[in-house]
Amino acid sequence: MAGPEPFETISSLARQLDDRRVSSRELVEDSIARIERLNPVLNAVISLDKLGAIAAADQADKARAHGAVSPLLGVPMLHKDIFCTRGVRTSCASKMLEDFVPPYDATVVRKLHDAGMISLGKCNMDEFAMGSSNETSFFGAVKNPWDVNRVPGGSSGGSAAAVAAGLASLATGTDTGGSIRQPAALCGITGLKPSYGRVSRYGMIAFASSMDQAGPMARTAEDCALVLNAMAGHDPLDSTCADIAVPDYSAGLEQSIQGLRIGIPKEFFSSHLKNGVAARVNAAIKELESAGAVIVDISLPSTDLGISTYYVIAPAEASANLSRYDGVRYGYRCDSPSDLQDLYLRSRTEGFGEEVKRRILIGTFTLSAASYDQYFMKAQQVRRLIAEEYQSVLKDVDVIAGPSAPNTAFVLNDNSKSITDMYMEDVFTIGANLAGLPAISVPAGFVDGLPVGMQLIGPRFSEAQLLNIAHQFQRRTDWHSLTPNLEGLTR
Amino acid sequence: MKWEKVMGLEVHLQLSTHSKIFSSSATAFGADANTQTNPLDMALPGTLPVLNHAAVSQAIVFGLGVGAEIGKVSRFDRKNYFYPDLPKGYQISQFFEPIVREGVFEVPLEDGSIFPVRIVRAHLEEDAGKSVHDAIPGHTGIDLNRAGTPLLEVVTEPDFRTAEQVIAYLKALHALVTYLGISDGNMSQGSMRCDVNLSLRLEGETEYGTRTELKNINSFRFIERAIHVEAERQQDILESGQSIVQETRLFDPENDETRSMRSKEVANDYRYFPDPDLLPIIIDEETIEQIRGALPELPAVKRGRYATELGLSQYDANLLTQDRATAEFFEACCTASNNPKAAANWVLGDLSAALNKEGLAIDGCKVTPEGLGSLIRRIDDGTLSSKMAKTVFEGLWAGGCDVDRIIEDKGLKQVSDTGALETIVDELIANNPAQVDQYRAIDEGKQKKLIGFFVGQAMKASKGQANPQILNQLLKQKLGSP
Repeated sequence: MAGPEPFETISSLARQLDDRRVSSRELVEDSIARIERLNPVLNAVISLDKLGAIAAADQADKARAHGAVSPLLGVPMLHKDIFCTRGVRTSCASKMLEDFVPPYDATVVRKLHDAGMISLGKCNMDEFAMGSSNETSFFGAVKNPWDVNRVPGGSSGGSAAAVAAGLASLATGTDTGGSIRQPAALCGITGLKPSYGRVSRYGMIAFASSMDQAGPMARTAEDCALVLNAMAGHDPLDSTCADIAVPDYSAGLEQSIQGLRIGIPKEFFSSHLKNGVAARVNAAIKELESAGAVIVDISLPSTDLGISTYYVIAPAEASANLSRYDGVRYGYRCDSPSDLQDLYLRSRTEGFGEEVKRRILIGTFTLSAASYDQYFMKAQQVRRLIAEEYQSVLKDVDVIAGPSAPNTAFVLNDNSKSITDMYMEDVFTIGANLAGLPAISVPAGFVDGLPVGMQLIGPRFSEAQLLNIAHQFQRRTDWHSLTPNLEGLTR
Repeated sequence: MKWEKVMGLEVHLQLSTHSKIFSSSATAFGADANTQTNPLDMALPGTLPVLNHAAVSQAIVFGLGVGAEIGKVSRFDRKNYFYPDLPKGYQISQFFEPIVREGVFEVPLEDGSIFPVRIVRAHLEEDAGKSVHDAIPGHTGIDLNRAGTPLLEVVTEPDFRTAEQVIAYLKALHALVTYLGISDGNMSQGSMRCDVNLSLRLEGETEYGTRTELKNINSFRFIERAIHVEAERQQDILESGQSIVQETRLFDPENDETRSMRSKEVANDYRYFPDPDLLPIIIDEETIEQIRGALPELPAVKRGRYATELGLSQYDANLLTQDRATAEFFEACCTASNNPKAAANWVLGDLSAALNKEGLAIDGCKVTPEGLGSLIRRIDDGTLSSKMAKTVFEGLWAGGCDVDRIIEDKGLKQVSDTGALETIVDELIANNPAQVDQYRAIDEGKQKKLIGFFVGQAMKASKGQANPQILNQLLKQKLGSP
């Protein structure tokens, strides 16, 4: 019996498991073998829990034999290393937490485990989720499966590369300013950032608490819907997690999008956008139009303010969130500190990477008494303005469509790219984070062999509609089913 | 030149919730180090605070108790600083929008008058852990049991001019929070911690001088002392023409001095900002009214009632309402005795002396209010003389529970039977003719002195059980007419 192909979707794997054409044990062993073969090049996975995964797979097979049915039961997956996993090292790709083993599971981890998914291990990422290229990881950069000389995007770069390379059909990601959508776009997969408060943040290592949100990264919108069904919902351990009912996200996927109003913000097609990308996204929008959607020109005039607003608020929150890494209770501690001040200074200087330290410094500055009003307060005001702009536009249109990222994947170690160039990667994604809105990135074609993503942004808690549109788009296109050629990629 | 002290207080009250303000760990005092902690208290990555609503209710109760405005919307903020006993590297507090806003708290003074103290605000915050310096030689240990314990910080205007006012305020605050059941107010265990901001100015001056902050002084006596020595220190500096440095100072009771802790000039910039992990606390009028309706009778109301309805002096009323347990004891004793004045005298007199002697608080009292009540009834119905009553009280204190039984056992019944007393008096007169003659010869003024001799003898003869009033009456009558 031939085993399943590496690029199968969750839905397809679930069918094969149901029909006993394959066992969870076989899927897990195939995935592990594939990770062991490809990961030395890709560096997408930084912790592999072989024994745990195999034991869980056997349990899932047993449960299935006893009649258990769940659309996710026995399907292998990977977690971004920002989610705490009990007994499995959770590093946030930082030297600071290189040896940190949490005594508890993040709610997302628990929920997917309860739904029967098998965690294979943990994905590489930008250190503490700070970056758009996955180059800030303490464990080294991740390679884009479409071109190993290029970045996968970030910060959920390991997750995106893992799914794109068929290491697993699902990886979890987190998105604070675009960290699910931009790497999904750059790696040619589907990534959903839910509304703020849709998925619990408990056990997810905090970067910027008012924007951090977990979501699924998979091959298709259909798979994202299946996984969101299990991930979403109120959690008493997270006060900001909304106590509102979770709909069946799979139920409405087949609905027609006839008559749906889709707004195209002119600011998303500005000079930031690489030409080829604009063409692909426009073609994708045409596709939606031919499926019956009504295309409306709109404006989000504050789009350009997003980046500076975000880069005041996110570092401010991060500067406090990362204060706990002080070398006192757990995590990295410098050698033989001479006194308390030295312990703090050297543990943090040696334990954090450059980008993390830069953001802590920015955040500490913007919150200081002398600059609070000028920076932090001002940024909060602009954030409200941006959120109101989105809300008012979303009264006229059902969703907003545009590019997920201004570029396709860029080359690794590109010294010509300045820090602020890097920050511009988030220009189209940040608005949804500032406004707390759900957004999805779907594969929309290629430019010079590199994937392009189309982004759809909807009103708060409209994930079902976004998934419906994305699914209808994927029924009419096959960008999402194209896979990179990884033959001969072993080192 | 006469100097005037100007003081404002910041009091940290530990609220009496069973679990911490943002985690489910217990708050009990005195457990082994780090046994009352969970991943949140240790600030492990990914943990999130979840507000304990009991702390919010207690803060509202406090606000209503001091007649303050309750913030309809209040928020939590992060106060950022590094310290080993502060696990997150920030303290969750309320800076911008506290839960309790302005109010005026009426403080009774010794002389029975009322001293109004303006409350600026009271806000919720979490306590830090403790650094332990002596447990591991050469190292500092961290105990996070206390980390996350709910505190209410109560801030006043600089309304205090004397140490007596400060102590009176603290006592009234202590009484209030124990009445309300929102804090045990235990200063030695740190449930009530007081910082005094103190400056001096010349009398008549309207501007405030530069202040120093006296931190965490853990008894009323030390607070009084700290104020005194710090005022003297400031006065010496000012009179020598120098100026005060604004700083935090620590009172050292052993050397009876205050010492600089850290200068505000190099103090932290705490970088307060709204905590994104917590939602605003929104309190509607209905909730406030519900809580108001469930409040116990407040000390101020009790004080007034004791004076007007029970006819007690303002002084006694103030003393009896200083803590809820005493007031409750007194009220139960009133019910049992139906004599509020006598009940007040006993509670503030013999009972309080007995408690003091054994170092007990009223909750450790060995006499029940009902027992004391029936003792008072036996005085009022003439069964006991006040002297006998003291003996019965001792019996109650020693573990007796039935007053009549004690009277019986000790043979303490007062003899008021005229016939029995007449026999004693007649015998006395027959056996002491010389004194009787002397009595009849002297004038009324001197008679009064001599009658004491007869009373003493008669008492002795009756083994102390003679009713003194009746005895007196009989003696006067029989000695006066041969």
